[in-house]
Amino acid sequence: MKYIDEYRDPELARKLLDEIRRTATRHWTIMEICGGQTHSIMRNGFDQLLPDTIELVHGPGCPVCVTPLESIERALLVAARKEVIFTSFGDMLRVPGSAKDLFMVRSEGGDVRILFSPLDALQIARDNPSKEVVFFAVGFETTAPANAMAVWQAAREGIKNFSVLVSQVMVPPAMRAILSSPANRVQGFLAAGHVCAVMGYEEYEPVAREFHVPIVPTGFEPVDLLAGILKTVELLEEGRAEVVNRYGRVVSREGNLVAQKIISEVFEVTDRQWRGIGLIPGSGLSLREAYSHYDAEKKFDVSHICASESPLCMSGSVLQGVLKPDGCPAFARECTPEHPLGATMVSSEGACAAYYNYHRNFAL
Amino acid sequence: MTVLPLCPTPIMQHETVQMAHGAGGRLSQSLMQRVFMPHIHNSYLDLLDDQAKLDLPPGMVAFTTDSYVVSPIFFPGGTIGELAVNGTVNDLAVGGARPLYLSAGFIIEEGFSLAELETIVISMAEAARKAGVMIVTGDTKVVGKGQCDKLFINTSGIGIVREGVNLSCRNLHPGDSIILSGTVGDHGMAIMTSREGLSFQSRIKSDCAALSGMIAAMLDVAPAIHAMRDPTRGGVAATLNELAVSSNVGISINETTIPVKAEVRGACELLGIDPLHVANEGKLVVAVAAVDAAKVLEVMRSFAEGRDAVIIGSVVNLHPGMVVMRTAFGSQRIIDLPLGEQLPRIC
Repeated sequence: MKYIDEYRDPELARKLLDEIRRTATRHWTIMEICGGQTHSIMRNGFDQLLPDTIELVHGPGCPVCVTPLESIERALLVAARKEVIFTSFGDMLRVPGSAKDLFMVRSEGGDVRILFSPLDALQIARDNPSKEVVFFAVGFETTAPANAMAVWQAAREGIKNFSVLVSQVMVPPAMRAILSSPANRVQGFLAAGHVCAVMGYEEYEPVAREFHVPIVPTGFEPVDLLAGILKTVELLEEGRAEVVNRYGRVVSREGNLVAQKIISEVFEVTDRQWRGIGLIPGSGLSLREAYSHYDAEKKFDVSHICASESPLCMSGSVLQGVLKPDGCPAFARECTPEHPLGATMVSSEGACAAYYNYHRNFAL
Repeated sequence: MTVLPLCPTPIMQHETVQMAHGAGGRLSQSLMQRVFMPHIHNSYLDLLDDQAKLDLPPGMVAFTTDSYVVSPIFFPGGTIGELAVNGTVNDLAVGGARPLYLSAGFIIEEGFSLAELETIVISMAEAARKAGVMIVTGDTKVVGKGQCDKLFINTSGIGIVREGVNLSCRNLHPGDSIILSGTVGDHGMAIMTSREGLSFQSRIKSDCAALSGMIAAMLDVAPAIHAMRDPTRGGVAATLNELAVSSNVGISINETTIPVKAEVRGACELLGIDPLHVANEGKLVVAVAAVDAAKVLEVMRSFAEGRDAVIIGSVVNLHPGMVVMRTAFGSQRIIDLPLGEQLPRIC
């Protein structure tokens, strides 16, 4: 298949692995930011194929994982309302709140629908004028443009029965939080390719300088990932704290300006709770005042809902690269995909789920 | 001139199914006569008794049942009716039985189009004819609007197990070859991409087909085949896991050998779904002693349903109860059971 097979070429992958092995003269700890990258690494078994000198730790870039418990609780309350059609990306339906998940709300009669685009939610709102249609706007900078576009379009058309429950987060503040932590072990980053496709990579340059780490925008296919790792190792070996793009077919330095424009038209920067990690200042997006009547939190008066995390779950440490999933005492024991203690075990992009699905109990 | 009012007789010619069609009265009869009997008739059904009295050939009887609630009921490559016939036929055939007789129970939502119902009945009759089975007894019920989704069908089936054949998911032995009859994920992705709410279109067709003919020919050349399963819900991954757990053996498969159609792969990539977890409705997973693998494969490839049959791996002495895949890069990963519904990812 074009645009896929060439980036999954085993021969090319072998060459890159050899090159990484030759280049790394000492131990390096590299974090891949995005959960999609984590899954690709585990799925293809690169943790088995990389030399011992390269340790990959898994970053916070899993939207499902970092959406705070209180947002989930708010979603559950809104979704259960009779007049509401609650729409969401599929991943979010299985994330447990403190007592239930969106699937259970659906089984109790809530109208909960899986969508692929927030613009489809807008169409449902047009088709169902007597219903309130809510979209669960979670995710990183990747989902922000389409979510912003849905709100912008609703405003333009004067659609009143549409709103969004916003829990948008951004990567660079999370990187700063990780690098500022006394427990930090990360020496270099594979930046999330699709986030960079939207935002570009200029905003990573001050992070690289300030914390003296190389940052390499990297894709998700096997060859992309290995090329990103190789470049990071080269920069580390040469002591260069720079941003070098290794996802050139998708990412440019300035990013997608049209997408950025719609994001800043609709959203403004805010402090945001991250599930398992806590409050990260300036790490989130919320609707600007001009669009606040599209804010489901306000419309359904759920902003006061608070919730607290299971004390057993160590997903915060996992999301910051301090702990590997299989280093958690609850991993594959108290915590499994059927009975997850935290969102990292639930999401298709969660690091704990990746370890569980591909490598659990598995002596190679 | 005055028009004399006509005496208001009840409407008998409906375009859609009414509650009265399931009430056992005249409309029920008319439903049978208009929609079912013209297409499905045989010496058992035509008697209109409450039961079919069957003379069975000697041998062990295989008996199975399954309910079909697929949505949409018409999908690229098939209908709910074809699925209901082929699914039950396949459940009999993978146990080494020759499928003979089916029952068919219909639960119909009030307001469902009679023309569509007839189209589905025709497709069932055709599927039964192709698979060499007879639908010998049946039932229809009508439920109120919203109490079911258009049409649900239950089929049960009876077949006679072939002498000398012992197919069981507990029969796998280390060294067995694992054969897959063709491309994975066609049915599931055909359904998923034809549902509303998905903003891309595809040409993916369901693989819905009866496998009984091919299986009979396979057992002709290799009666000692150890196990067969049709990998429906949960896909090939679920089937392999069931086999590994039931026989307490490990199964090792090679990623590069798994056939996936380009359009299925594309849709799976887009949705973040593993084709090994996607349902099939006309595929077969076979465990057979390595010495018999080549001749079984040859027979399978002579049938349209098995044209792309290939050995995807083997049964091993390692990791009992677990399925492990060797990737294209030479690493290994676990192939796990899918957890519930397949959920498209966020980004």
